[in-house]
Amino acid sequence: MNILVCVKRVPAPGARINITEDGQQVDTAFLGFTVSPHEECAVEAAVQLVEKHGGEVTVLTLGSVLAEEQLRTAASVGAVKAVLVPIEGMDWDAQRTASAISSAITALETTNGNYDLILFGNESADSCGYQVGVRAAVKLGRPMVNGAKGIDVADGIATIRRESDAGQEIYNLPLPACIGVREGINLPRYPTMKGRLASKKVEIQRTEITAEAGGLKMIQLQRPPERVSNTQILGTGPEAASAVVDLLIELGVFK
Amino acid sequence: MSQFPTRAKCVVIGAGIVGNCLVGHLSKLGWTDMVQIDKGPLPNPGGSTGHASNFIFPTDHNKEMAMLTLASQQQYIELGMNNTCGGIEVARTPERLEEFNRRMTSAKSWGIDSKLLTPAEIKELVPFINEKILLGGFYTPSVSVVDSLQTGTLMRESAVAAGNLQVFANTEVLDLEVENGTIKAVVTNKGRVLAEFVVVACGVWSPRIAAMAGANIPLTPAVHQMADVGPIDILQQSNKELAYPIIRDMDTFCYERQSSGSMEVGSYAHRAIFMHPDDIPSNEASALSPTELPLTQDDFDPQMEQAIDLMEMLGDAEIKYAINGLLSLTPDAMPVLGETVEVRNLWSAAAVWIKEGPGIAQLVAEWMTYGYPHLCDPHSSDISRFYAHEKTDHHIYARCDEHFNKTYGIVHPREQWATQRNMRRSPFFPREEAAGATFFDARGWERPQWFASNAKLMDKFKGQCEERPSEWDARWWSPITNAEHLQMRESVGMVDLTAFNEFDFTGPGTMAFLQYMCVNNVDVAVGRSVYTPLLTQGGGFRGDLTIMRLGANHFRVITGAFDGGRDKYWFTKYMPQDGSVTFTDMSSALCTIGVWGPNAQMTMAKATQNINAEGKLVPFDVSQANFPYGSVREVLIDGVPATMFRISYVGENGWEIYTKMEHGLRLWDSIAEAGKEFEIIPVGMGVYAVTGRIEKGYRLMGAELESEYNPMEAGLNRAKVKSADFIGKADYMKARDEKPAALMCTLEMIDNTSKSGIKRFPTGGNEPILTKDGERIVDTKGRVSRVTTAGAAPSLGKYLLLAYLTPEHAIEGNELQVMYMNEMFPVRVARVGSQPLFDPTDARMKS
Repeated sequence: MNILVCVKRVPAPGARINITEDGQQVDTAFLGFTVSPHEECAVEAAVQLVEKHGGEVTVLTLGSVLAEEQLRTAASVGAVKAVLVPIEGMDWDAQRTASAISSAITALETTNGNYDLILFGNESADSCGYQVGVRAAVKLGRPMVNGAKGIDVADGIATIRRESDAGQEIYNLPLPACIGVREGINLPRYPTMKGRLASKKVEIQRTEITAEAGGLKMIQLQRPPERVSNTQILGTGPEAASAVVDLLIELGVFK
Repeated sequence: MSQFPTRAKCVVIGAGIVGNCLVGHLSKLGWTDMVQIDKGPLPNPGGSTGHASNFIFPTDHNKEMAMLTLASQQQYIELGMNNTCGGIEVARTPERLEEFNRRMTSAKSWGIDSKLLTPAEIKELVPFINEKILLGGFYTPSVSVVDSLQTGTLMRESAVAAGNLQVFANTEVLDLEVENGTIKAVVTNKGRVLAEFVVVACGVWSPRIAAMAGANIPLTPAVHQMADVGPIDILQQSNKELAYPIIRDMDTFCYERQSSGSMEVGSYAHRAIFMHPDDIPSNEASALSPTELPLTQDDFDPQMEQAIDLMEMLGDAEIKYAINGLLSLTPDAMPVLGETVEVRNLWSAAAVWIKEGPGIAQLVAEWMTYGYPHLCDPHSSDISRFYAHEKTDHHIYARCDEHFNKTYGIVHPREQWATQRNMRRSPFFPREEAAGATFFDARGWERPQWFASNAKLMDKFKGQCEERPSEWDARWWSPITNAEHLQMRESVGMVDLTAFNEFDFTGPGTMAFLQYMCVNNVDVAVGRSVYTPLLTQGGGFRGDLTIMRLGANHFRVITGAFDGGRDKYWFTKYMPQDGSVTFTDMSSALCTIGVWGPNAQMTMAKATQNINAEGKLVPFDVSQANFPYGSVREVLIDGVPATMFRISYVGENGWEIYTKMEHGLRLWDSIAEAGKEFEIIPVGMGVYAVTGRIEKGYRLMGAELESEYNPMEAGLNRAKVKSADFIGKADYMKARDEKPAALMCTLEMIDNTSKSGIKRFPTGGNEPILTKDGERIVDTKGRVSRVTTAGAAPSLGKYLLLAYLTPEHAIEGNELQVMYMNEMFPVRVARVGSQPLFDPTDARMKS
C-alpha cells in the first residue's frame, strides 16, 4: 500500500520561547527544527503499515528549502520518497495550506495513482489549528478521522481507533482515506546512522501548486506574562519529612 | 535558604567541574567565607561539564598538561569517581603509527603504562571493531571515565560541610565592580556581594563575565559534535557501563566510547564552529541546555560513515541523542589561568576540560594561596602570556579555526602557525625577506629561523652540516643553521632580536623595587648590567632576564618574546603604587640586532663613533678595556643613536645593539656594510635559540627554567646572596643549604643510529632520560629526567641534550639512555652544571 504523510517544519524550543523584535516569528537563531510529535507518530505508523502490508511511504511538506531537513529525517526512518512543495512568505493559514496540499496531492496522484492512506498529525506543534488534515480531506473528497490512536488495514478498510471520554470510538474507513494521527499511537523509532546516510540519497521531488487564499491573518505574536515560581526548600534529609507531609495535607493530597 | 551575603572573602562564579573543585581545594587550603554562584540549577547548571564525555587519556606530549591530567585522574580516583576501562588510540595511516611511537615515549616520560597493539590484539580487546582497516593501536590500560558532576558536587559539598562556603544556584551575575584596579563586588539578581577575591570559572561564558570588570579572558565557545547511538546488543549484554576500552579513531578525529548499552560517538573532524558567549541561549530558552545545541547534521554525516567503517554495528543503532556541544577553545589550545592582568584579585580559571579540571582547580587554589602554584609550572596556561593582539576575536577565531582539527592531530614540536602571520615585523624585515629568510612566529613577531642566502656556506662547512634522513627530524629545520653557526663562530653574524621586550623602570623607588623582584644584586654602576633569575614565592624560577642600568634611577629589563607578557604582569603586579616607580614598555619603540663572532669587534669598530669632550665626532673605542663584557654604552653607529650592550647568548664576543624602530633599517644596513670585509651574514634563531645556546649550556625560561626547579638545581646560583630581601629569598636560602635533588646536565648522544639504520635527532620534546636498564630517573621531589632542549653542537661535532639528572646519575662520563620515538639511544653525561662545553672559560666573549 502507498501512504503519504504530511509534515510541517517547526522550531524545537526550550521552556521559554523567544519572539523576534517585530513580533512576527519565533526567534529561532539558536534553535533546532523538528516536526510535531503527532507527525513523528504518523511517519512511524506509516512505516509500520508498510512493513506489514508492503508498499512505500512518501513524505510531503510545504515550506522553504530548509524543510528538506524534515523530509530527510522522515526518510531516515523509512520514507522512501519525499516531496517538497516550495512556498514563500508567512501568510499560510490552515485553509490556504490545506488547499495547497490537496492541490499537490492531486498532481502527484495524477501521475502515480491514488495514495491508499494520507496521514496527518493531529495538529501542528506551532499553530495548533487542528484543521489542515480535515480541510485537505474534504477537498480531496476522502473520509477523514482525526485523533487516531490505532490504525489497522484489511480488505480495503482502515479501522481507526480513537479515545474519547466515554471510552473508545472505532471507525471503518474505505480506502483511500485520510487520518489525523495522535501522539501515543506508537513509539517512533530514532533514525539509525545507516538510515541517516541513506536519507541523504533520497531525491526530493518538487511539486508546484495553486492555492486559494486563506481567511486568517496573523497580527502579532505575544508571550504571556511569565509566571514566577519561587522555590522554597523545606529542608534536607529525613528532617524534611514532616514539612513535606504538612504541605501535602495543605494541598489536599493527604487528608 | 540562607540570605544572600553582602560580603565575602572570595566569590567563585561557576559551578562546573572547575568552580566546584576550586571551592573544595580553597577550603582545604584554609579559605573561609566563600560564596559560589551559578546562573543555572545544581547539580548541572548547563555548562560544558553537563554534557562532557568525561573520559581521560592521560598521555600528553606537553608536560604541564600531562601533570595536570595525571593529578586530576588521581583526584577522581580518591573520590571514587574514576571508572577505569582502558583506551586504545587506533591508526589507519603509517604516519599515525609513527606518532604512536612518540606517544609511547611521552607515556614513558610520565610513567604511564602503555603498549602498542597489532590490529589482531585490538580485535581481542574490542571484538566489534573492524581491525582490517587498522594498522595498529596505542593502548593505555589506565584510561578512564569519570563522573565529573558528582565529583564537583562532592568537592563543593566538602567546602560547605567545612563551613567555608555558601552556594547560590540560579543566581545570575549582572555586573562586576572594580575600584582602583581591584575587584570590589559582584552584583547578582539576588543581591550585591563585596568580595576581596573573585574567580571566573564560567567555562564558555567566561569572556562575557570577565568583560563586566574590563578584563579579557581570550577564549571562544566552539562546537564539538557528539551522538549517542543504541541500544546495541553486544554492549547491552556486557551489563556494564564500560566493558570495552574507549576507541580514539585518531585519523578520523573521532572517538567511540561505550555508555552502558549505547555508544557515544564524538568528533573533532568537522569544520570549526564558533559561537559568541553573548549568543549562548539562556537555560530557559534552551531545548536541552545552553551548551547542548541542535546538531548540524551535515557536519556530522562524514564522521558517521567513518564510524560505521570502524564498527559496523553502529550503522543499525538508533541515534538517540545528538548535539553540537559547546566547549572552550583558546588561541593556543591551552587553558587560561591566573589573576587577570587588568584587574587585581580577579582570577580566571577558564578553558579547562574535564580531564584536567580537578588538577587545575588545585593549581589555581595553590596559586591564590601561596602566590604561585606548587603542582607544576603553569607558564603555558598563564593568562598573562597573551599579548594585546592575541586577545582579539580576530586572533582567537583564526587560531582556533586552525587548531581545532588538530585536536587529534599529529603536531610537530616545532610546528608553525599558518594564520595570523605578519602581525609584527621588525624594521629589518625587507632585508631578511630578500635574503630568503624562513620566518618562524614568535608571539606575532616574524623571526628568521635561517636564511636561504646562507645555503652556499654548506659547501664551506661540508661534513659539519648534518643531514637528517628522517622527515620528522628534519621538519621545521634546516642544515643551513649549522652553516650559519659555524660562519658566526669563524667570523661574524648579525641576529634580529627585535622580538625582545624592553621594560623601562624609572623613579626614586626603582632600585628598591627591582632588588625585591630579582635574585641578583641590581645595585651595579650606571652603564653596567645584571643577569638575574626572578623567583616564585617558593624559590622556583619565575623569570630569567637581564637588566641594564642606564641611569641612577633608570633600569631597562630585557626579556624574551615568549615571556614578555608574563614578566610584564609580574613586574607591574608588584610595582609600588605610590608613584615612586614609573613603568614604560619600550618593546614596540626599540629594535635590536645582535652582532657576534670573532670579527664582531672589528666590525663595530668601523661603524661606531661618539662625541668627545670637545664636541667632536671621534671613533668609539670598542675594546674590552674600554667597553668590557656586561657593560652598556650609548654610541652613534653611522650616525644612528644606539645603545650597545656587550653580552652574548651564543658565546661570542659582541653586542646586543638597540635603537629606535625607525632607525632600524639604517642600523642594519650600516652594520652589514661595516662587516662586509669579514663576510658578515644574517644568522637565524636556529643558531641563537638552539645551536649557539646549547653549546654554551645556556638555560631557557620555560624549558630548563621552570617554577619546579630552583637556581641551585639549574646551576645558576651565585657565590654570595645579597642582603636585600627578594621574592622567594627564604626558600632560595633553604635550597642553598640542601643537597640539590636534581642537577642540570648537558648530555651528548653517543650513537644516534636507529634500528632501521638511519641517524635520528631528538626534537627536545620531553623525551625521557633512562638508566641503562631502561628505568625512568625520578628525583626525590617526584620530578622526572627528560630532555628540555635538544640540538646540534656544530662546533663540537656532537648532538646535545639538556636534562635534569639526580645526583647519582649527574656524573660526567656516566652513560645513560634517551628514548626517542620509542627507541633507546645511548647518551653520556658531558657536563654537570652550567659550565659550557664550548669555550668553557668564556674566553671568546671576553677577549
